[in-house]
Amino acid sequence: MIELSDYLILGALLFSLGVAGVFLNRKNVILLLMCIELILLAVNINLIGFSAYLGDVAGQVFVFFILTVAAAEAAIGLAIVVVLFRSRGDINVAALDAMRG
Amino acid sequence: MEQAVFYLFAAILLFAATMVITVRNPVQAALFLVLAFFNAAVLWVLVGAEFLGIALVVVYVGAVMVLFLFVVMMLDITAAPMREGFARYLPVGILVAVLMVLQLGVVILSDDVALVGGLIPEPAADADNIRAIGTVLYTVYVYPFEIAAVILLVAIVAAITLTLRRRQGTKHQNIEEQLSANKANRLRVLKMEAEPRQGGEGAERQ
Amino acid sequence: METVLLTIVLLPLLAALIAGLGGPWIGRAGAHTVTILGVAASCALSVWVLHGLVWGDLERFDATIYTWAAIGDLTFEIGFLVDRLTAVMMTTVTFVSLMVHIYTIGYMHDDPGYQRFFSYIALFTFAMLMLVMSNNLLQLFFAWEAVGLVSYLLIGFWFTRESAIFANLKAFLVNRVGDLGLLLGIAVLAAGFGTLHYGELFEAVAAAPDQTVNLLGAGEWSLITVACILIFIGCMGKSAQMPLHVWLPDSMEGPTPISALIHAATMVTAGIFLVARLSPVYEYSAVALTVVLVVGALTAFLMGLIGLVQNDIKRVVAYSTLSQLGYMTAALGASAYAAGIYHLFTHAFFKALLFLGAGSVIIALHHEQDMRKMGGLARHMPVTYLTMLLGTLALVGFPAFSGFFSKDAIIESVGYAAGPFASAAYWLLVLSVFVTALYSFRLLFLVFHGDDRVDPHAKAHLHESPWVVTLPLVLLAIPSVIIGWPTVGPMVFGDFFLQDGSMMRGEALSTLAVGYTGVAGFIAHAFVTPPLYLAFLGFVAAWYFYIFRPEQREAVRGPLRPLEVVLERKYGFDWLYIDVFAAGSRAVARGLWKGGDGAVIDDGLVNGTARVVGQVAGAVRQLQTGYLYHYAFAMIVAVLLLVAFFVVRTMMV
Repeated sequence: MIELSDYLILGALLFSLGVAGVFLNRKNVILLLMCIELILLAVNINLIGFSAYLGDVAGQVFVFFILTVAAAEAAIGLAIVVVLFRSRGDINVAALDAMRG
Repeated sequence: MEQAVFYLFAAILLFAATMVITVRNPVQAALFLVLAFFNAAVLWVLVGAEFLGIALVVVYVGAVMVLFLFVVMMLDITAAPMREGFARYLPVGILVAVLMVLQLGVVILSDDVALVGGLIPEPAADADNIRAIGTVLYTVYVYPFEIAAVILLVAIVAAITLTLRRRQGTKHQNIEEQLSANKANRLRVLKMEAEPRQGGEGAERQ
Repeated sequence: METVLLTIVLLPLLAALIAGLGGPWIGRAGAHTVTILGVAASCALSVWVLHGLVWGDLERFDATIYTWAAIGDLTFEIGFLVDRLTAVMMTTVTFVSLMVHIYTIGYMHDDPGYQRFFSYIALFTFAMLMLVMSNNLLQLFFAWEAVGLVSYLLIGFWFTRESAIFANLKAFLVNRVGDLGLLLGIAVLAAGFGTLHYGELFEAVAAAPDQTVNLLGAGEWSLITVACILIFIGCMGKSAQMPLHVWLPDSMEGPTPISALIHAATMVTAGIFLVARLSPVYEYSAVALTVVLVVGALTAFLMGLIGLVQNDIKRVVAYSTLSQLGYMTAALGASAYAAGIYHLFTHAFFKALLFLGAGSVIIALHHEQDMRKMGGLARHMPVTYLTMLLGTLALVGFPAFSGFFSKDAIIESVGYAAGPFASAAYWLLVLSVFVTALYSFRLLFLVFHGDDRVDPHAKAHLHESPWVVTLPLVLLAIPSVIIGWPTVGPMVFGDFFLQDGSMMRGEALSTLAVGYTGVAGFIAHAFVTPPLYLAFLGFVAAWYFYIFRPEQREAVRGPLRPLEVVLERKYGFDWLYIDVFAAGSRAVARGLWKGGDGAVIDDGLVNGTARVVGQVAGAVRQLQTGYLYHYAFAMIVAVLLLVAFFVVRTMMV
């Protein structure tokens, strides 16, 4: 039998890895997007764990919605990356300081 | 048995995730992410969430990650400059990650939350996960479901709009213009003055 | 009765509205016709009321016409109280006003503001009637402000003149000081006795005269004394008593008919009237009466002295007015209310006469007011000269003239008055008689006798004024001469005002009344008292220095030069008010403007807020690097902190 805390700890580790990835790959937009996928996956694992633990299918429905939104986000994010690359010939985040105050 | 399976796939998942954030090559990172998704899908199926496990594989691995790979390959990215400051920020990244793990660990393992030792029940042999989700999704969550559909539609439109460009110098039909054309667009009648013949008698007269 | 009273009041208002708003359509003749008709009708009805009250069967009228607000037990009403005091005032006001209306036809003949002028004076008549006919303090206060407003408008009638603007502003501001006192006094009475209605107030005062009030925690004061002094401050403003007198001489910037009507005969006597009206209250405060007496006597003497050094014909008459108002006030202070009111009554006629006569001279000389450029006018203007001579005789108290009776009654009653300053006041008033005669005959001699110093250009056109000017002079001269003889007995010494409780009568006047044996006896008595001889001495002095030996003037002038300087500077009141109070206020206001408003509020608070926001934003904007990973970093750190917060909190619990 699997304990609930196993899933939760796995989610926590995966979440932390995603966060660390954001730090490490700070220059590459595509890798940043992948790290976000990791973080979302961690969240989904938590939700699945609780859903199974409580026998409530609502948690899975939420995972379903998160997947949907994450897919949309990935699609738009990648589209932006493409446009960015097309206009600047580069996707280095360090070169993106147009929002500088 | 199940625990063994869990730990195996959890280990692979963590390994894949670590690789995702550390490998130099974005293509490799994407492939490791695919691996991570596969393992997550297995873990989900393990607790009875078959539908979502399959959906994760089909949607994420089949569509999203392919999109990632496609973009990575399409764009000519030199990996070297992207790795700038990797070593420099490694301690910070590790520190943040460790802190977060510790905090979450404290939460999960603390007595107040009383989660430790909670066993996830075995899914029944005849449990119909897809039916259960469908029953809830199309009744209780029908509006969020439709909103999600709209979000996807918007994402499609946005992605296309963002990346669509009309290349200069290409030839293409403008069907609308073709259909609305009438005679005046096609035929022009000119009235011209009669010109004297070049170099003939007229020239002499001058 | 109510209808009659309403008609008396509203006719001038109606006329003022027609002349004021319809001026361009009804024209000059229309304006003066409608206002004169209105005021004449008011005058006739006033005489009818007076007659009915004194000889007829009219009852004292005291009723509320309209209640316009009620706050708890306190009601704000419009109502009329018409007793003999009011009737005398009404008749005086409307009669002088009528004379001035007629006179104005001649005086303002060429003025472009003709209709406006008639509208104002009719409006003034309305306001003054409301003032004297009011049966409560609030309505009186409104009318009080209304006459002040009209006075302001009329002093500044020639509003293109710098000096007129200055004068009307000065009058307005000085009156504000007084009006504040009046308002506070009314408030004190209302707070102490819970009513604004005269009748109820008097009963309440009589029932509880010993109430006290705590002034700013500075001990308990008699409520009546406080209220009376505050109200008297209002009267000082309106009746130009020292030290609030400074506006009246300057008000001579206004057209002469106004000086006659408002600033000599009627409005300035409102303060006298008010104290007389409130005599049942004043009788309970010896302190307030002493203040009134001292102020009045000082004003009578000191203002008369200034009149000696003035060269502007109207200003001499103005200072004379101040001095005479001082007499009236002194009479009030001696509890001889009837004598004060009686002097008001006679003074209205001869002072209006003097002003209108001065105005007649001024028009004849094409608006020349400097007496040094007059002289020998008696030949050219016989009617003006004669009427002014009669007015002057009345003023200085020539026996059997109206002013004689009223002034002697005042001096006598102050002489009989008890109190710490009564004898000093008495001697001041007696000396004032000499001063009065001196400046009055100085004016008469300078203007009508002696060398001809008239500008040759003006002299070519010199002639007697038209009948619209001289008719009022004659009509005013008649009562100036004869009104005293039949009226002094009943009004001052008899029970004319006592019968229907119009006024109280103090001890001094009662003592006098016992010894009163008739007009002839009164005149005879005057020959054994100093005032008559002092007046004669004044006449002789004026004759000696201005007719007989004009060159002697310079000889006397040398040693008296310091005194003259003091008088020319008017005791420095103008300097004090303008250069100290007004300039000081302006300096303070300027400091507050520049320092408080400009530096602190505008620059510090308003712009400072914006500046601080800008600076903080400028500092904070450095945080907005524009790099995605900085934002991501901030978010992650925030998540860390948030989780830490919950973890720590859970553990603490």
